[in-house]
Amino acid sequence: MTIEVRNLVKSFGSFKALDGVDLKVDSGELVALLGPSGSGKTTLLRIVAGLDWPDSGEVFINGEDALAQGARERHVGFVFQHYALFRHMTVFENVAFGLRVQPRAVRKDEAAIRIRVKELLDLVQLDWLADRYPSQLSGGQRQRIALARALAIEPRILLLDEPFGALDAKVRKELRKWLRSLHHEIHVTSIFVTHDQEEALEVANRVVVMDKGRIEQIGSPDDVYESPASAFVHGFIGESIELPVQVEGGAVRLDGRPLALAADGLAPGASKLFVRRHDMLVGPPGSGAFEGAVRHVRNFGPVQRAEVTLSGGKTIEIDAPRDKELRVGDTIGLEPRRYRIFAG
Amino acid sequence: MSAVAARRRTLPGFGLTMGLTLTWLSVIILIPLAGLFLKSLELSPEQFWNILSSRRTLNALRVSFGLAFAAACVNLVMGSIIVWALVRYRFPGRRLFDAIVDVPFALPTAVAGVALTALFAEKGWLGAPLAALGLKVAFTPVGIFVAMIFIGIPFVVRTVQPVLQDLDPEIEEAAGSLGASRWQTIFRVILPSLAPALLTGLALAFARAVGEYGSVIFIAGNLPNVSEIAPLLIVIRLSEFRYADATAIAVVMLVVSFVIIFAVNRLQRWAQSRIPAR
Amino acid sequence: MTMQIADSIPLSASDAKARAQAAAARDNLRTEPRAVRIVIIALAMLFLTVFVVLPLVVVFAQAFSRGVLAYLAALAEPEALAAIRLTLLVAAISVGLNLVFGLVAAWAIAKFDFPGKTFLITLIDLPFSVSPVISGLVFVLLFGAQGYFGSWLRDHDIQILFAVPGIALATTFVTFPFVARALIPLMQEQGTQEEEAAISLGASGLQTFFRVTLPNIKWGVLYGVLLCNARAMGEFGAVSVVSGHIRGETNTMPLLVEILYNEYQFVAAFAIASLLAMLALITLIVKTVLERHLDEGQEPSDH
Repeated sequence: MTIEVRNLVKSFGSFKALDGVDLKVDSGELVALLGPSGSGKTTLLRIVAGLDWPDSGEVFINGEDALAQGARERHVGFVFQHYALFRHMTVFENVAFGLRVQPRAVRKDEAAIRIRVKELLDLVQLDWLADRYPSQLSGGQRQRIALARALAIEPRILLLDEPFGALDAKVRKELRKWLRSLHHEIHVTSIFVTHDQEEALEVANRVVVMDKGRIEQIGSPDDVYESPASAFVHGFIGESIELPVQVEGGAVRLDGRPLALAADGLAPGASKLFVRRHDMLVGPPGSGAFEGAVRHVRNFGPVQRAEVTLSGGKTIEIDAPRDKELRVGDTIGLEPRRYRIFAG
Repeated sequence: MSAVAARRRTLPGFGLTMGLTLTWLSVIILIPLAGLFLKSLELSPEQFWNILSSRRTLNALRVSFGLAFAAACVNLVMGSIIVWALVRYRFPGRRLFDAIVDVPFALPTAVAGVALTALFAEKGWLGAPLAALGLKVAFTPVGIFVAMIFIGIPFVVRTVQPVLQDLDPEIEEAAGSLGASRWQTIFRVILPSLAPALLTGLALAFARAVGEYGSVIFIAGNLPNVSEIAPLLIVIRLSEFRYADATAIAVVMLVVSFVIIFAVNRLQRWAQSRIPAR
Repeated sequence: MTMQIADSIPLSASDAKARAQAAAARDNLRTEPRAVRIVIIALAMLFLTVFVVLPLVVVFAQAFSRGVLAYLAALAEPEALAAIRLTLLVAAISVGLNLVFGLVAAWAIAKFDFPGKTFLITLIDLPFSVSPVISGLVFVLLFGAQGYFGSWLRDHDIQILFAVPGIALATTFVTFPFVARALIPLMQEQGTQEEEAAISLGASGLQTFFRVTLPNIKWGVLYGVLLCNARAMGEFGAVSVVSGHIRGETNTMPLLVEILYNEYQFVAAFAIASLLAMLALITLIVKTVLERHLDEGQEPSDH
């Protein structure tokens, strides 16, 4: 099953939630919509599910015009951020709900429903909770029951809104792995929304980075991390050093001073230089593009994080290997192993 | 809990205020009610039974309980409709109608009684057209039914309204995306979620209607065995100085009230236990 | 919108129709078809109009059926004035008593934890579920001629039943829960931190109550007093049992309504009733205003 949206626009009053979004998801993919809150990712998900409607644009599920169908005809599995489990029903009845409300002509008989629910509870490894009520479950268990319930209707696609948002850090990590292996098992085309980059990079086949109702970049987790397509993506994903620079006359200048960095193909004007913290190599004074004084050093596991004040006066944080000796007060040279410069 | 002990130490006045509370509660509520039960103990079981099984008493209890239950059921249905309209729809006058729901709480029962009687009497604004249709309301059991509906209106509405307002919109979206039709969503998801509140409202409306006196006696007609309610029979027995009879009837009604309180408490606990702890 | 659709894929007429239907169906997830909505609103309005609005209107229509002069004359009757005085007196006594009790009980229940708290609240609520007639009867059984204290009272020449003390007692019984029930949830929610801060800063218990607690619960106190007063002035069943219906002496306004009505003095009966109805309407208006104040000071999820 494929999903395709074209030129989606959606406003809530004067707020533009989606501002011309195009996206194609191939069959069997597990795609993450990643962005800060208010970036439009949940709105996009809800429109695909039929819970919201766009002001203009198109949605196709498996090539069919989805906007011609209401939510209940789309056969979309939707997992809500707060799970939306029916609290007056047992876990079993929650999962069975989608099967029980089918039109009489296609509804399974009771025995078949029982078998199917049992299968789903086995799939999410919670068959022993069948007779409990949602209020008796932990957050992680509720999440998995919500997923089983969404899968019960044999959805054509699966949509998850901040699936791990309401869980604590440890449960979150476990569920991430579990979701990835579950997807591997059932292979249903899936989109999930998250504001947590680690989650997106770890779970998804492809990551869609959104900001202010627009898609900033679509790519594999490696792509968006290693080759961010815009200043926003570079700043949002991974921890970066961000310096305002000026591109003019084929040179990159910081605080008026030219840097020994290639400026080939860059448009002249105010720009932003991005370097990953661990891509700043430390050398003796005068050895790199930057020079600065070490202000503060802390150890963070395998790396040491140093606060360095550059000669122009700006202070940055770098991550250096632990074997490199850094002392407060040292003057050091810094050479970016890799960097990106974006206009703006 | 150590927090309890700490609290008791920091804030003063627990002993004093608790003592005053229990004293005052005993003087005003507990001793008078205990007096009623003591009085009933002066009756032998046989006397007690004879009073209750007399035709007039039985009929009065039947009228009170039967009509109160019927009225509470009407309130359950109409209350649900009113709550739905007030919470889910926007229409002109909505806030006014919302405020009006409390009138039966605030209007003195005697005023409600004379007003309903004037309205439903054979020459009244509503009584006349209904009489033309062959339905006599005032001075018949139907009148009692009408008065009991009136005083029960706020109970279902005010217990269900906050629950419906707080109902998570996501559960309706979830039902829809799982393929449920609107009616399936209402009957399988929304109404069951409201069930504890609906039953609580029903019980409260019933309890109020059973004991109601002021708004009923004017419109009732008060014909023994036909349109005589149990509270009125208590008053009549008192005026005849038949205290034993009055006491026996009162004890039965009081016990039913206690059972209802107990049931409502259980319902509240049930509702609490189903709120997911997020 | 149509422009964009035309840009991407040409839609057939049937597609466009399907989309229009689906767009209409989008609302169906959380609401009903228009016709159903109209029927439900109409039913709700009709029911409330018949059972609530019309009875209110009838009171005033009947009261003024012989004109304003007859209305005013009915209210100026000595009997009417005596009833108004008695009603105000009884309300003042029972509201005063229940206000003090309500504050004391709310302090004990809301600010401290102890076993049996829920049970105690249930006991305070008890008068809500007792038939008004029984609320009167219990005092007849205590203080009546054949009651437990009847002979002692007669010996000491103390009149409780068929006099103001009895009426005030019965009214206090019936209105017992109002103030406490308005304050307990409010004070529970406000917690004890502010009071603890005041105590730790050296305030005495009473200073803490009057300077910290009371300002925080003033709207709740007013709310409880308002409802308590409305019920106290309007109480009929309990008062009817203990009053003895002595004209000009032990008739409150609701009792006078009954007497006048039974004597077919409809204008007079409805004139008194109209005063009580106005009291109810004013109570509701003030209640709505107070609820707004109370909501402002609270989290929205509390109700």
